[in-house]
Amino acid sequence: MNLPIANPVRSAIAPSREDDGRLVVNIGPSHPATHGTVQIITELDGEKVLRADVHCGYLHRGFEKECEAHTWHNLIPYVDRLNYCSALINDFAYCGAVETMMGIELTPRTRMLRTLLSEYSRIADHVTCIAAGLMELGAMTAFLYLMTLRDYIYEHLADLTGARVTYSYGRIGGLARDLPAGWLKRLEEVLDEYETYIGRIHGLVDRNRIFIDRMRRVGVLTPAQAIQYGCTGPILRSTGIARDIRKDTPYLAYADLDFEVPTGILGDNYDRYVVRMREMDESVHMIRQCVDLLPDGPINVDDPRCVLPEKTLVYREIESLINHFKLIIDGPRVPAGEVYYAQEGANGELGFYLVSTGDGQPWRVHCRAPSFVHMGATHLMLQGGQLADVVPTFGSVNMIGGECDR
Amino acid sequence: MNSPDRRATIPIANAGTQPKDPVFDVFTTKKDEVVGWARKFSLFPYPFVTACCGMEFMSVSSTIYDTDRFGAALPRFTPRQSDLMMVVGTITHKQAPVLKRIYEQMCEPKWVMAFGVCATSGGFYDNYAVVQGIDKLIPVDIYVPGCPPRPEMVIDAIMQLQDRIAREHHVILKGDF
Amino acid sequence: MRDGLVELLDSRLRSRTWLSHGMPVVEIDAARVSEVVRVLRDELGFDMLLDVTAVDWIGQRPRFEVVWHFFATRDCQRLRLKTRVPEDDPEVDSLVSWYGAAAFMERECHDMFGIRFRGNADLRPILLYEGFVGHPLRKDYDKHHEQPLVPYRDAVPAGRQGGQS
Repeated sequence: MNLPIANPVRSAIAPSREDDGRLVVNIGPSHPATHGTVQIITELDGEKVLRADVHCGYLHRGFEKECEAHTWHNLIPYVDRLNYCSALINDFAYCGAVETMMGIELTPRTRMLRTLLSEYSRIADHVTCIAAGLMELGAMTAFLYLMTLRDYIYEHLADLTGARVTYSYGRIGGLARDLPAGWLKRLEEVLDEYETYIGRIHGLVDRNRIFIDRMRRVGVLTPAQAIQYGCTGPILRSTGIARDIRKDTPYLAYADLDFEVPTGILGDNYDRYVVRMREMDESVHMIRQCVDLLPDGPINVDDPRCVLPEKTLVYREIESLINHFKLIIDGPRVPAGEVYYAQEGANGELGFYLVSTGDGQPWRVHCRAPSFVHMGATHLMLQGGQLADVVPTFGSVNMIGGECDR
Repeated sequence: MNSPDRRATIPIANAGTQPKDPVFDVFTTKKDEVVGWARKFSLFPYPFVTACCGMEFMSVSSTIYDTDRFGAALPRFTPRQSDLMMVVGTITHKQAPVLKRIYEQMCEPKWVMAFGVCATSGGFYDNYAVVQGIDKLIPVDIYVPGCPPRPEMVIDAIMQLQDRIAREHHVILKGDF
Repeated sequence: MRDGLVELLDSRLRSRTWLSHGMPVVEIDAARVSEVVRVLRDELGFDMLLDVTAVDWIGQRPRFEVVWHFFATRDCQRLRLKTRVPEDDPEVDSLVSWYGAAAFMERECHDMFGIRFRGNADLRPILLYEGFVGHPLRKDYDKHHEQPLVPYRDAVPAGRQGGQS
């Protein structure tokens, strides 16, 4: 019954023999610390990790193949489930890519709302990453505090979009619906709760001897290695390189906002923790600016190529009826061509490479997932460390399975 | 499973082989109620978390929704020590042998919850990579739809599962023990 | 965009360069990949490989288009490099000796399209598994064609096997 099963992909590390002084230990793929879907085969000399072979792909759900069978609109729920911790950023990155191809200019209100909601989602993602990382180190209280905060964010976004985790809120040309009454007031309350809970985390963890000993100088990545292996986002910034798409090539309303890009010094786990905590503070600052700058106006562009007409018109005019019908059945016709459009996701450069043949369905949808690229660099951070360091290092990389394996 | 000759030699109460006796029936019913009560309020889940539903699993285990009220919050990350396997998220064909193996490593009594539509039926991933429902691989006791399900739905599922456990017939020792 | 980049690319690489929504795209023959990437990395400052992917133009010859995206960290310039490979010999040079990021990306491209990368010794499956026949992102692979590793059990509608009644 319990026969050894062959690994789905052969390991790059040969199994250990009795006399060669090394032990090959398999971690995962069903493992709480590897977020359930990554297998790390480690070759150990005592407690020290000599080599690590990272196997991902256990959550490959055929996203790119699935997208080719749906219209440009209908695949938005699939896009949501890439980085499911910050689903709104995926929505807006994809919609932004299609809007670039169609030459659509967003309304000012949508530009600001998308910026606000991207930062809100980024907070939720970093909260999840830090909570999971701290829990894996044994700090259960910190996990519960952060989960409470994250629940407030989820309920608040459920008021807006109808769902807590995966929203499908972005639309090509705008958003699904406008803010409900009282939403901005509740936003201010949630940001105040954020200050309270994050203050507690700082107090519990920042200068905690055990935390520092477990995270400082552990999982070090040098700047040259980070660039060589395509790392972006908090991992790259923790090595000291201040590259952030929001600052370098601003999109949406980021050019109008005042914010800093935090960087680390050593590229270790502690730096990645600090970079994420500081990024959350910057996100809160940006959200408050967005609320102040939020203009009134429509949220969807007036473009019949992609925006559904109003329901009252659909029931009264034949042109609107046909427009609605064509958009739903055939999908919006995106001009033939290709685009690579990248936004700063919570993990780094989230890019969409779309190829269109002029149809209502895409010819090719490719997601450049930061987590996948970072999995290619993880072995550098694990090798040379101890077996117990595998857990916090892997947690600080913030591998999100949906994004990594697509 | 039970060979006839072994049953006759084992002097342990084994419902189904003893003669019908009202006093004995009351004893076994009470025993089932007590064992059912103990088992339902001390579920040790094995969270087989793969995807987005994991976010809601973290939420339902935390302070606001709190499965600890039902005795079902303390996860055991080894199948040897757990009795409820919560399959949280999509199971792909690459992951399927792992799921099957973990299920087989759990000891009886064990229950399986399919958390989310991906575990229930493959969700909206109808393609080459995804198993269209984990009941193609292992028996499932309770299905929780949702993408992902709200925490209240998960709690409802746990309560329904607890009702079923309470009503079950709990064989303590089998004939081939 | 970096000033004069398109002209510089045209003259230095002797290739066809055009702009795709503000991003320069360089199209070359498959045989010139190594030479061009060396110029991009060492002379033009594209030190980060963002992405390696492919597109299946079924019905056209050559059938597959391999697409690379590069990024220069010093001035945040992005660039796309494209080439075509035929169906009967889908092979192109690997970039794994220049960019460590290419290792995983080329494995994925090989998994999904069957494109071989000359020089990459480790083309094990990464998103799929050993024994998977075919390349799913090719247009002639049926989306619904599953290849299970575990044999399906007969669905038992109510109750479960083993121990409990």
